[in-house]
Amino acid sequence: MIGCALIGAGASAVGVFSFLRKQALVGDAVAHALLPGVALAFMVSGEKSIWILFPGAFVAGWLGLLSIDFISRYSKIKSDTAIAIVLTIFFSIGIVLLTHIQQSDYGNQSGLSDFLFGKAAAMLPSDIALFVLVDLILLFLIVITYRYLKLYSFDPDFAKAIGLPVKGIQFILSSLTVLAVASGIQAVGVVLMAALIITPAAAARFFTGRLSHMISLAMLIGLISSLIGVYISSLAVSMPTGPWIVMVLSILAILAFIFAPGKGLLQRSRRRLKHQQKVRNENLLKLFYSLEEKNPERFYSRPKLLRSRRFQGKELEDLLQKLEKQNILQKEENRYGLTDEGREEAKRVVRLHRLWELYLNERMNIAPDHVHHDAEAIEHIITPELERELLKDLGYPKLDPHLSEIPGIKDMQR
Amino acid sequence: MIAFEAHNLTVSYDKQPVLWDIDFEIPKGKLVGIIGPNGSGKTTLLKAVMGILKSDSGYVKVFDKNPDKVRERMGYVPQRQSVDWDFPATVMDITLMGRYRKGRLLGRLSKSDKEIAADSLKRVGMYEYRNRQISELSGGQQQRVFIARSLAQQADVYLMDEPFVGIDAASEESILSLLQEMRTAGKTVIMVHHDLHTALEFFDWVVLLNTRLVAAGPKEEVLTEENLRTAYGGKLNVLSRIADLIKSKEYPIRERDMKE
Repeated sequence: MIGCALIGAGASAVGVFSFLRKQALVGDAVAHALLPGVALAFMVSGEKSIWILFPGAFVAGWLGLLSIDFISRYSKIKSDTAIAIVLTIFFSIGIVLLTHIQQSDYGNQSGLSDFLFGKAAAMLPSDIALFVLVDLILLFLIVITYRYLKLYSFDPDFAKAIGLPVKGIQFILSSLTVLAVASGIQAVGVVLMAALIITPAAAARFFTGRLSHMISLAMLIGLISSLIGVYISSLAVSMPTGPWIVMVLSILAILAFIFAPGKGLLQRSRRRLKHQQKVRNENLLKLFYSLEEKNPERFYSRPKLLRSRRFQGKELEDLLQKLEKQNILQKEENRYGLTDEGREEAKRVVRLHRLWELYLNERMNIAPDHVHHDAEAIEHIITPELERELLKDLGYPKLDPHLSEIPGIKDMQR
Repeated sequence: MIAFEAHNLTVSYDKQPVLWDIDFEIPKGKLVGIIGPNGSGKTTLLKAVMGILKSDSGYVKVFDKNPDKVRERMGYVPQRQSVDWDFPATVMDITLMGRYRKGRLLGRLSKSDKEIAADSLKRVGMYEYRNRQISELSGGQQQRVFIARSLAQQADVYLMDEPFVGIDAASEESILSLLQEMRTAGKTVIMVHHDLHTALEFFDWVVLLNTRLVAAGPKEEVLTEENLRTAYGGKLNVLSRIADLIKSKEYPIRERDMKE
């Protein structure tokens, strides 16, 4: 379990850079390209120790990267196609070799197919030393070159322009990727390793805006998923660990996607609903104001309100009650009217509506009969700060394009 | 004193030459606009000077030296859309990148580095936003952060790629007055600019390009009707076909490549 946790953490850290550079698929290609290296290492040495297989994987992974680079540079093939080609060719060679191994005298107990989907149970305590070593190298490199990696991931042109050793940085990033991916073959297996590279980074991005935090968080997510995944898979005999780790990881990622503060789905739909409520409230206030503009009564019955605007079902009733509770509306017998506070608020919305109509008309040359619908939407989103700018820009105007008075201008000028 | 000199510069983009034998000089302390139609090689010129693209032939000299030797005196502002602004970083993070140097990996950035970055942000009016995520900035604000980053480089010549594209009038005004300050302080600013009409207003010196040099010099001499017609009147027919041929047959553009 410790081994898997180490792998999970290390791979996730490297994965942050792949994610930010939009090179997720390269990680997948490298993972698949490792397979023939693993198979060949076994065939040559006859041993299943991870200390033998890891170098084989590492070399194959690097070859895969070089092939991708070579193909996209010296042919008309674009990089995403090159990635797909290398991934599939290497992987199929690997499968062929694996099958050959399993059917031959080498050993049907080779268990090399475990490297497809990972089998943590096959790990030996001595293997942990390798993972510790790999993680140390990964973290060491990342910490030392952190600044370069950060700049290069954000703006490679600028990095080159100020004279940073760009080829060296690329070499380090590639090596980190191959190291991280190769170390995961026992825990997660070749097929699913890409998930461990990318998903923790993607989930971490929802929670933080700082690169250093993103790396730490991704490592944590990778670590936890690995631990839980290994534990679950150990509950049943001969269950591959890879799929379980990836499933836990995916669940965590989906939870992040939904619940993240600010960017999560939940918060976003909550914000949307809040805005819709605001729109309904303000539209009703505008209705009251426009009724007041036309007749001096100030209190209106429900049927009158229903006649003046389209409402759905219980919408009007809900609004009336809510706004009465908020002291925006007041009730007299069976009729409703604006409170003083309500009137100020209504004036504000009408003012924003008419100011925006004027802005559209004067600054954007839009005809007066085309500005209403735009203003219907925008009046709800103009902030007090923007309102001040509008007023200054338009010179504290008194009338809108339809020659209606804009309420409250005198007060705003103070 | 000459700040910048291009000599017989030929540069390809995507295996097709987009700059042919470009030759011009720029004196120190001027605001220079590189103007030309789309696809005329303006961005390619900047990138070749900054060492991001390799030139096929010819050379560039900055303060009479090879640009690789005077990188610390060259500030760079790439096009705003060349990066993904969703990157997890604050305004200050990006500005500090202007203080990164080759070889200075470890060790905290010094106090003076931070002060220089803060000062650069103040000069572009973005200091209050220093802890804001760059993904939350408007286009004009993003452009100003890029400029602050180049200011933090404390260079003598600045190369900017279309810094006025898609920004609001307030940002444009503030950037322009900053550039005029820089010129007064003796800096040279060479800028690819997208808009012909404002070019006459903004710059002292103009380089008019359309794959080849049409004219270079003080703006009144360069921005004549005849020159503009030449530059904007479409590509040279035969030249375009030669360029297409070079790309499709992968011919080398200079003799030295042929000596295998």
